[in-house]
Amino acid sequence: MTAIVDVRNMGKVYDGGHVALKDVSIQIEEGEIIALLGPNGAGKTTLISALCGIVTPSSGHGTVGGHDVVTGYRKARAMIGLVPQEIALEPFEKVINTVRFSRGLFGKKRNEALIEKILRQLSLWDKRNSRIRELSGGMKRRVLIAKALCHEPRVLFLDEPTAGVDVELRRDMWQVVEDLRKSGVTIILTTHYIEEAEAIADRIAVINKGQILLVEPKADLMSRMGQKTLRIDLMEPQRDVPAALAAFDVTLSADGQSLSYIYDTGGERTGITRLLQTLAAEGLALRDIQTKQSSLEEIFVGLIKEGEP
Amino acid sequence: MNLPAIWAIYLYEMKRFFRTLMESLLSPVISTSLYFVVFGAAIGSRIDEVEGVSYGAFIVPGLIMLSVMTQAISNASFGIYFPKFIGTIFELLSAPVNFLEIVLGYVGAAATKSLLIGIVILVTAGFFVEIQIMHPWAMLAFLLLTCISFSLFGFIIGIWAENFQQLQLIPLLVITPLIFLGGAFYSISMLPESWQTVALFNPVVYLVSGFRWSFFGTADVGVGWSLLAIAAFTGVCMGVVWWIFKTGYRIKS
Repeated sequence: MTAIVDVRNMGKVYDGGHVALKDVSIQIEEGEIIALLGPNGAGKTTLISALCGIVTPSSGHGTVGGHDVVTGYRKARAMIGLVPQEIALEPFEKVINTVRFSRGLFGKKRNEALIEKILRQLSLWDKRNSRIRELSGGMKRRVLIAKALCHEPRVLFLDEPTAGVDVELRRDMWQVVEDLRKSGVTIILTTHYIEEAEAIADRIAVINKGQILLVEPKADLMSRMGQKTLRIDLMEPQRDVPAALAAFDVTLSADGQSLSYIYDTGGERTGITRLLQTLAAEGLALRDIQTKQSSLEEIFVGLIKEGEP
Repeated sequence: MNLPAIWAIYLYEMKRFFRTLMESLLSPVISTSLYFVVFGAAIGSRIDEVEGVSYGAFIVPGLIMLSVMTQAISNASFGIYFPKFIGTIFELLSAPVNFLEIVLGYVGAAATKSLLIGIVILVTAGFFVEIQIMHPWAMLAFLLLTCISFSLFGFIIGIWAENFQQLQLIPLLVITPLIFLGGAFYSISMLPESWQTVALFNPVVYLVSGFRWSFFGTADVGVGWSLLAIAAFTGVCMGVVWWIFKTGYRIKS
């Protein structure tokens, strides 16, 4: 496998001095689906924009299919399809014309059969002669995808493809992505929905404040996400973790008021029953019990804290 | 050269023109007719002849220039401003096209539209006055060069403008006065001497004069100067457009 997208030490400082990307390096394999996860303003869109030619990187470089995105932009961009985050379409144009326009813009000869195939795949064929302004938001997003696909890209960037999209359309979108993967298209999507990354990505890159914090296969990251914390508030504060609980991996809070127990929901036994039985046997009165899923947010927070002095 | 891309942009822009064909053509035709009624018939009847040409015919080249210049600017500036305004500019920036191809597409379309409008006005004028064209090829060349250079200028305005007000600002504040003071309705020899000198600093004078020469063989300034002026204007506009794309001015950070 070769990296179809190769970013080396890329940085971007906007005119106002805002640092959007800091020394970003990432290699994306041909045919994979990678999700760029990060909070708003993390640099996801800037990274995509730099690769597609919408912003000029301040330092470092990137290649797509071996072509530098700045010096060899023609060949690099010809391989890229971009679905932007914002819905940007000319409202008075017909669906099919705007798709034809995109194909022409990428230097491809007319191919009505292909356009029909793409429009059918995206359930847009019946709407082909509708004006864009007559379409719903979800339909407009599909038009953007059709425009990005009509020049047969090898790499597809999907910038928040399902932001503000209803559940049904989201599932349709995932199906489209899956079909594309089968046809060998490499897909880079940005999202802040963990379930989206979970549903379709092979690898997940976490990005924050312009830096890539980790790139991991989804399975590895998900196993970390499967952990839950059980917090038990006690009636009486304890000085130490009760001896009977030594077999469990529990920690006592600084004020001695609560116990925390981390367990894996994916595991065969969570150990919760035994823990609670032991507590009862010890005669410890409980004030409250709560469980908390370690969310992506927490992983973010953890990663961000690690990165800071 | 990405020819399909140039063609795609050109066609897309032309489609908008044809989608609103009536509006696009009707308004210049009506305003030209009004000019003829007011200047040609009402006022013109009291003016004998200007440089041996009846006043009604004398204003034809100026009227065509007036419409062509304003239409070229408004079409080209709107053509590139609109994608900026609605965000579809991302597609141009992320496509495998270079600045020359983008400019050829947009400016080519805007120039074609204004050329069509110029021809329609010429034909309309034919209904009101008898028109003679002494140098048809030169006429066509002047017309074409004006369409191209003012479309380029409009393209620059479209890139520069950050809102619809700014889009109107330059045409209203700069171009319209320059055209009206550029001898569209009179020969600058009719001005007081001091104003004649001032008029020579108005680039539009050279364009109108050269264009009028192609009709009647008389000119305010030498034809060579006219050609030089329009070539220089085109050159400056091309330089600015090149700089815009090199630096990404107002379109790319």
